[in-house]
Amino acid sequence: MFSCLKHKVGEVLLPGDEFSFQPEDTISLTDTVKPEKVICGPGLRRSGDRLLVSKSGVLRTKQPNMFWVDSQQKRYVPAKGETVIGIVTVKSGDVFKVDCGGSEQASLSYLAFEGATKRNRPNVQVGDLVFSQFVIANKDMEPELVCVDSSGRANGMGVFGGGGLLFRVSLGLIRRLLAPQSPLRAELQQLFPHELVIGMNGRLWVKASSVQQTLIIANLLESCENMTAEQRRQLFRRAAQGAL
Amino acid sequence: MMEVCGSSNVSLREFGCEQSLLSRPDGSASFIQGDTSVLAGVYGPAEVKVSKEIYDRATLEVLVQPKVGLPSVRERSQEQCVRETCEASLLSSLHPRSSLTLILQVLHDDGSLLSCFLNAACMALMDAGLPMSCLFCGVTCAIHADGQIITDPTAAQEKESRALMTFAIDSTEHKVLMSSTKGSFSVHELQQCIAVSQKASEKIFQFYRDSVRRRYSKTL
Repeated sequence: MFSCLKHKVGEVLLPGDEFSFQPEDTISLTDTVKPEKVICGPGLRRSGDRLLVSKSGVLRTKQPNMFWVDSQQKRYVPAKGETVIGIVTVKSGDVFKVDCGGSEQASLSYLAFEGATKRNRPNVQVGDLVFSQFVIANKDMEPELVCVDSSGRANGMGVFGGGGLLFRVSLGLIRRLLAPQSPLRAELQQLFPHELVIGMNGRLWVKASSVQQTLIIANLLESCENMTAEQRRQLFRRAAQGAL
Repeated sequence: MMEVCGSSNVSLREFGCEQSLLSRPDGSASFIQGDTSVLAGVYGPAEVKVSKEIYDRATLEVLVQPKVGLPSVRERSQEQCVRETCEASLLSSLHPRSSLTLILQVLHDDGSLLSCFLNAACMALMDAGLPMSCLFCGVTCAIHADGQIITDPTAAQEKESRALMTFAIDSTEHKVLMSSTKGSFSVHELQQCIAVSQKASEKIFQFYRDSVRRRYSKTL
């Protein structure tokens, strides 16, 4: 299975494709037999000794044995540990309801902010943007967000957003932006100074020194979704020269 | 992103497809077979009304919008055919208590409308990234008065035919997921039509693969 998966890395897979486990013909008596372990990410499902593809996209791999299907989708499905940009919709008693773009509203406790106590409530209003992390996210339960890390510090999370612009892009572009040493992010940094908040749920928030520059960055990000690297570099070069 | 596939031995009309052409829905596709053209949009997994909530799987709703006027009985029966096919291939238990909405808009009807709905639906579901156990496609066969089988008939050919059948076929085992028939035919003719549809489906699945590969070509 490992070898045939390796073989398909970088190729486009469709739902219904399958990989089956083929035991080796000869068993070596001298070497210790190591069981093949494969870690399946999004888009791959285990069924008995077969591996089924359930999403269309490109097969990607990470050392040593992780495999997943990289697809371009728009709808977000909450996953534990991911950081998202949420919009507070309801303030009721001790929890806030937050729209995170998934199928259900997430709950956010008022105690899950840095320095918050029962006396000292955080100042959160309906309509505020919160950058927060999922602590509970599974298909059967209401997802739960927090704005603190495991040591109780905000670590960049919490209420934000004054004078910036919030917009939506596809989840594929978000993952490209968040990838380590992302070329897209590096090119963006060279344009002009700006703040960028990236939520795994497809929401982006940008703020630059002027409204015009904010809009330029937002438009660039929205348009580079369906561009090759070369086309993107050309567009950014033109933007840097002030042609846009 | 438009692609066109020419016809050879099992004669299908030229077909084309475009994915994610709408900005608001989570997944969208347009599918064209000859002069028949359908636009599909998928929303979901989204919030569901409490009255329609199913505790262990997603609620799938299919809406067929005719070109003019309001949906009638004919559209209702087409909706049901498409919904049952989609339910068979979608892994809806992975998104319990959520709603999936599929909207099919007729742009032009020149025969084989139900199979075009099925193809557009499959492409749109794939574009939305919903988990599926297999793909499906729709093939329409018409039996002419002299017993000749025509695949993917036009509206004029449909009118002249003695019997009309539409099959939904899955991509893994090429089995029939749904069938909708009209008119009179023998058992032998039915089996012949299924065999022809299975052969035609291979061509459509190959086309699906090519158009998805084209779509991801920039991120390879």
